[in-house]
Amino acid sequence: MHKVGVLALQGAWQRHAEALGALGAHAVEVRTPEDLSGLEGLILPGGESTTMSRLLELSGLFEPVAERLAEGMPAFGTCAGMILLAGEIRDGRPDQRSFGVLDVSVRRNAFGRQVDSFEADVAVDGLGGGGFPAVFIRAPVIDRVGDGVEVLASVGGHPVLCRQGRVLAAAFHPELSDDLRLHQLFLED
Amino acid sequence: MTDRNTGSSRVKRGLAEMLKGGVIMDVVDVEQAKIAEDAGAVAVMALERVPADIRRDGGVARMSDPAMIEAIQAAVTIPVMAKARIGHFAEAQVLESLQVDYIDESEVLTPADEAHHIDKWPFTVPFVCGATNLGEALRRISEGAAMIRSKGEAGTGNIVEAVRHLRSILGDIRRLTQADAAERYAWAKQLQAPIDLVAEVADTGALPVPLFCAGGIATPADASLVMQLGAEAVFVGSGIFKSSDPDAMARAVVEATAHFRDASIVAKVSRGLGEAMRGAEIQGLDTRMAERGW
Repeated sequence: MHKVGVLALQGAWQRHAEALGALGAHAVEVRTPEDLSGLEGLILPGGESTTMSRLLELSGLFEPVAERLAEGMPAFGTCAGMILLAGEIRDGRPDQRSFGVLDVSVRRNAFGRQVDSFEADVAVDGLGGGGFPAVFIRAPVIDRVGDGVEVLASVGGHPVLCRQGRVLAAAFHPELSDDLRLHQLFLED
Repeated sequence: MTDRNTGSSRVKRGLAEMLKGGVIMDVVDVEQAKIAEDAGAVAVMALERVPADIRRDGGVARMSDPAMIEAIQAAVTIPVMAKARIGHFAEAQVLESLQVDYIDESEVLTPADEAHHIDKWPFTVPFVCGATNLGEALRRISEGAAMIRSKGEAGTGNIVEAVRHLRSILGDIRRLTQADAAERYAWAKQLQAPIDLVAEVADTGALPVPLFCAGGIATPADASLVMQLGAEAVFVGSGIFKSSDPDAMARAVVEATAHFRDASIVAKVSRGLGEAMRGAEIQGLDTRMAERGW
């Protein structure tokens, strides 16, 4: 995968673009439907999922992104991005929409408020080089995992990194650490 | 059991990273907080009076009633921030015990200490502080601030001071990157800032923490202006709920901030918004809030 979009409506999209650049990929900032053309994959960054959900609608991006994802475009969602990919959102707003390409239920802000945000070394299945330095910011957890979803890492019994086909999702923020292994995993998949 | 490290610099600055490209709105009650969240705000600042009313009413402005902050925390799912007076570490301790998501050590409230800001390092909750220039920003970061906002002049609806402060901070960062090793010491002296932070800014060409803009943003075009100048997100205080149609203004500022480089979108959201807050000339002010802080 070389030309990869980063949803750039709000949040930490720039940090994802920098990670892609460091791995030699071409990052494209996605703000309008036209920006989607020719993309081989899409990253949905951390930020506020309620804000991003609203801006996706206002920008006319929701349907075109949903179509591309339904066609099988690879996607990597982190934190709010994971919420946007999930099949079911718990403790969200009633009008909050998601793409539903990852068969999981996520619970927003499940680790608590910012005083409970944390860093931890997380063991990731199949990832060489030791634990991954994971940064959790008002992070969601996965409450339910459907058949066909592979859990790659867990914290306190809750899945925090999982994969279903070409969709990868993390409750934490690989873009806030200097560790590029998960971005690499996404590009190679 | 996984070891969890809370309150690290990366975790504190991390929440500011998540707010980038967004709008943080001042709200004084649950109803306003809901309007802000519905409009797409990334966070709300819970306070009893917006800066325009603090100016009008006079008197000492203090931390808000915990009951009011808790009511807003219960009403919205987005982060809730609250203000403590400059140097008033006891107010900050109270706000931390309420588990607010960010503490704004703010010049909008009446300062509690004329020489010292809060030592922010011992806290688990992150702090945002205002700055009018690069030296002030680096002093706040050296005390533990995890986000800087340019101060502007709160409660005026006048963008001129915000522009002055952003240009001062970002202009000096650009000039500093051109300095040679010896000149960095002179910069540190002139900025009254620690040499290690001065060197870091010279090497990276950016503050070590996110830089947001506050104080005087009253229209979608104001938000676009400061974002194009280099702010990474905006705080809107009086500008939303002192306008004639707060709901529409809130939505418009959110969209203009996300699409700040696209003038056609800024134009679209600016149509038929009603009146922006009335605003004030800087020369006519009794109190310059931006001058508070040392």
